[in-house]
Parts: sequence; C-alpha cells; structure tokens
Amino acid sequence: MSTAVLQARGVRKSFGHTEVLSGIDLDVNSGETVVVLGPSGSGKSTFLRCVNLLESLDAGRITVDGRDVGYDVRGGRLHELRPNEIARRRRDIGMVFQQFNLFPHMTALENIIEAPIAVLGEGRREATARAVELLAEVGLAGREKAYPRQLSGGQQQRVAIARALAMRPKLMLFDEPTSALDPELVGEVLVTMKKLATAGLTMVVVTHEISFAREAADRVVFMDGGLVIEQGTPEQVIDNPQHERTRAFLSRFL
Amino acid sequence: MATTVQDAPRTTPDLDVRDAAKRKHPWRWLSAFIVLVFAAQLVKMLITNENFGWDVVASWLRAESIVRGLGVTLMLTVVAMVIGVVLGVLLAVCRISANPLLRGAAGVYIWFFRGTPTLVQLIFFYNLSALLPKLNLGIPFGPVFASFDTNTLITPLLAAILGLGLNEGAYMAEIVRGGLLSVDPGQREAGQALGMTNARIMKRIILPQAMRFIVPPTGNQVISMVKATALVSVIALSDLLYTAQSIYNRTFETIPMLIVVCLWYLAVTSVLYVVQSFIERHYSRGARHQAPSFWDFLRIRPKAQQGSAS
Repeated sequence: MSTAVLQARGVRKSFGHTEVLSGIDLDVNSGETVVVLGPSGSGKSTFLRCVNLLESLDAGRITVDGRDVGYDVRGGRLHELRPNEIARRRRDIGMVFQQFNLFPHMTALENIIEAPIAVLGEGRREATARAVELLAEVGLAGREKAYPRQLSGGQQQRVAIARALAMRPKLMLFDEPTSALDPELVGEVLVTMKKLATAGLTMVVVTHEISFAREAADRVVFMDGGLVIEQGTPEQVIDNPQHERTRAFLSRFL
Repeated sequence: MATTVQDAPRTTPDLDVRDAAKRKHPWRWLSAFIVLVFAAQLVKMLITNENFGWDVVASWLRAESIVRGLGVTLMLTVVAMVIGVVLGVLLAVCRISANPLLRGAAGVYIWFFRGTPTLVQLIFFYNLSALLPKLNLGIPFGPVFASFDTNTLITPLLAAILGLGLNEGAYMAEIVRGGLLSVDPGQREAGQALGMTNARIMKRIILPQAMRFIVPPTGNQVISMVKATALVSVIALSDLLYTAQSIYNRTFETIPMLIVVCLWYLAVTSVLYVVQSFIERHYSRGARHQAPSFWDFLRIRPKAQQGSAS
C-alpha cells in the first residue's frame, strides 16, 4: 500500500433501494487538505461517515493509515471486528459534525478532556493543560467553564474542533462544519480550519464554502450521484472545470 | 444620508401606553373569596367535629405498632423500587436492542405486567403454591438440581416484594426507554467518533442526559409506590395500613386511625418531594431550563426564566 493516510477503493453504500455511493475511489496523502464539493444528496457526507464507520460499507474497502477501521485481514480475507476494537481504531480519526454534537451536560473543558482521559488514558492534569491550550488555539481562551448552550454556534463548533484535536488524530473529517451556522459566524470557524490546514493536519472537508476550497484546499474533489466526477487543484476544478456537472454545480455559486 | 439613532427625534405621543389604566380583575377577587369561604368551613369542621378524634390521633401517631408498620411500608417501597429500577433498565436495554428475540420478550413482559392490576398480581403471587406446589431449579425436561416447597419459600413478604417489584419493572422500563430515546443520536456518534466504547458512551454520555427525563417520572413512581404498598394489606402483611386496620377492628376508632395513616403517608411523600427536587436540579446541568426549585410552589408570581446566552 502507498503512503496515503486515507485510501478508498470501490466504496458502495445503499440505503434501502437507493444507492448513495456507487464506487468511490479516493486517496488522501499525509498533510493534505482535501475539500469535497457536490450537490445535496451526492453522497459526500455518507462517504465521510463511512471512513470512520459511522456507516458500514456495502462493498469496497477503506483503509486509514493502512488499516481497515472495521476489519482485520486474516488468511487473505477480511474479518469483522468487535465493537471495542473498532472503537480503538477510531481514536486516530477525528470528526467534526454539522450539528457540533457537543455533550450538553459537560463544560467546554470537560467536553475536550473526556476522551483523552477515558480512551487514551491521559492524566486529568495533562489533559486539562492541553485542553486549555487547544481552546486558546481555536480562539476561546477563558471559556473553559462555559456549557455548550452558553456559547454561540460558531463557538460551539470551535470547541468541537478542539475536542477532536485533543485526540491527536492522524486524519480529521469535517462534515459540513459551517452549514448549521448563522452566516456571520461561518468566518470564525473557517479561519480556525484554515489555520489547521496550514499547520499540516490531514483533513477531508465536506462543505459548500467554495471560497474555503479555493483558499485552503490542496485538492478539490467534486462528487455527484455517488461518484467522484473530477478532482484536482482548486484552480483546475473550480476555475476550469472539465465536466458538465461540475460546471452546472459551480454556476450556482457565481 | 440615512438617519442614525442619535439624530432620530425622541417624540412623546399624547397617549402613551405607560400611562394606560390597568385592567380590573373582578373574577379573580370573586374566586379568591369563594376559596376563602370553603377554607373557613374546612377549618371550622376540623376543629369542631369530634368524630375526627384528634386526641386518639395524637395518642396513636407514634405508637410502636404504627411506627413498625410504617417501617414495613418504607422497606417494601425501597426494595420494590430497587427491583423495579434494575429490572426497568434491563428491560429498556432489551427493548431497544438489535436482537429481535430480546425485544419481543421484553415487550411481552411489559404488556403483561402493565395490562393486569397490581392487586391481582399480588394475590396471584400470594397463591402461587396453588399453581406450582414445588419450585424446581434445573434444566427443562432434564435433571433437577434443587427443589423448594412454594409455600415455605413464598412468604407474604416475598409475595409482596415480587408483586410490587416485578410490576414496577414494567413501568420503569418504559420510563427508562423514553429517557434513552430522548437523547439525540448525534451524541452517540460523537462518542463513537472519539473512539469511546459503547459501555462508556452509555455511562458518560447517554445516561447522564437521559437522567433528566428519567428522574422526574421516577420520583413520581416512588411516591406512587409508597401508596401502592398499602395494597399488601390484602395479603395480611402488616404494613402501615394493615396495622391501623387491625387496631380499629378492635377499638372501632376507624376515622382517627385512618387519619394517623394519612398523616404518615403525607409526611413520607412530602420528604420524597423535597429529595426529588434536589436530584432534578443536579441533573439539569447545562440544560436550557433549570429544574424548578422546591420552594417555587410558594411563589405568588412565577419566576422569569433566565434566557441562554446568544
């Protein structure tokens, strides 16, 4: 296998009779920021959820850091793993959700230190020190004791990013991180994400923010109808799309 | 150029809502008057009607037999509720499990125990020996490891505990299930994405949030259970009510003894109400609406809810 952090081959997924993913091939290299664009229902969120096995695949294969998230290879065959083993493999994959999904009964700080303590076995003191640093990094220094409800949507999403970063992930997945935000709050989240991209974090970002794709992406992937239609640098895909469907999609943002 | 707030003229209209006459509330005054009349009548009756036998009430209120009966009532409440909660959590987990056999079995259990009267279930357990003279521990159609005589095993106390506890389990199952389902599925996904195991997600993420929805109805169940234990008097278990009954069957002071019983039930349920309000406060951390404080019922005007930030 190559040095790709994420490698997807022939990924298929159906919900009932509707095929959402019809054979996705995608590689994401270490340190790369890949932005996935595409119309609603194109399967981009489903693909992202398949990567950390929040959705199971029907066919194909996804490896992260060279390993299948849900399977072991034994005797030339894939074997389904037990839930606790899957949980162990998810540690290296951070995810940021459209609806933030912060734990409402925990403060911002508690949200961030929960998994490092419970999953990585970090001490409370070191986890807390790192959480304070991470909150400062996402521009929320001093808000350690705030409960999610006391924060704006943009602030909540930045806490969610800090929470995912606390696990020191090798790969970060962003599932439409700004779609649930009021327009004036989108910018602060995108600025935070751009900083991470510049710092060399490996990121896959599903979004409708064309400007973010243009400014932060190393590669843009356009999906439609459960397939990768075209991919390339932002200049290639956004400014000079080759495929008719890409052009039709992008024309709506001009 | 647009007018800014500073430039805008501050006008005062001739008629200003600030000076409006307040609305009159004649019905409020009338209803208050009617309630006061009834209250006065009640107080007069309590004082002047000798059939209440307040001196008898006072002499029996802390009698040893009554206090012992109260002890049985409280013990039954605690044991039956513990069985009910444990059983309820197990049944609720079965109800939402992926295994259709477990789902079905839990469903049938809940259907049976919620669909028949508690009183009937109590009498049924009391008479279990008529159905099963011997209780055997073994493999169906196979060897028997141990055998018990039902009549010696199922004492009235055990019949009462089984009847109340198994019945409570069915109600608690529905309460717990409702609580678990009320937690947003995104919470589980967030836990999974962080690499947490299912057990830990349940303990740290789902249950603490579900508790906000489980605790208030469970408090009601405890208060109901205190009163439901009075049913065990039909199987001759000497709880608070049965003790009082056996006293007034001898002395014919029926009303005073029933008042003694009512006063004790009220005392116990009042204490439970206070405890419940404290527990609710604890589980409403981070929630938009704080649980009402115990003393809120004394407020004449409702307290304004504090809005959440931005």
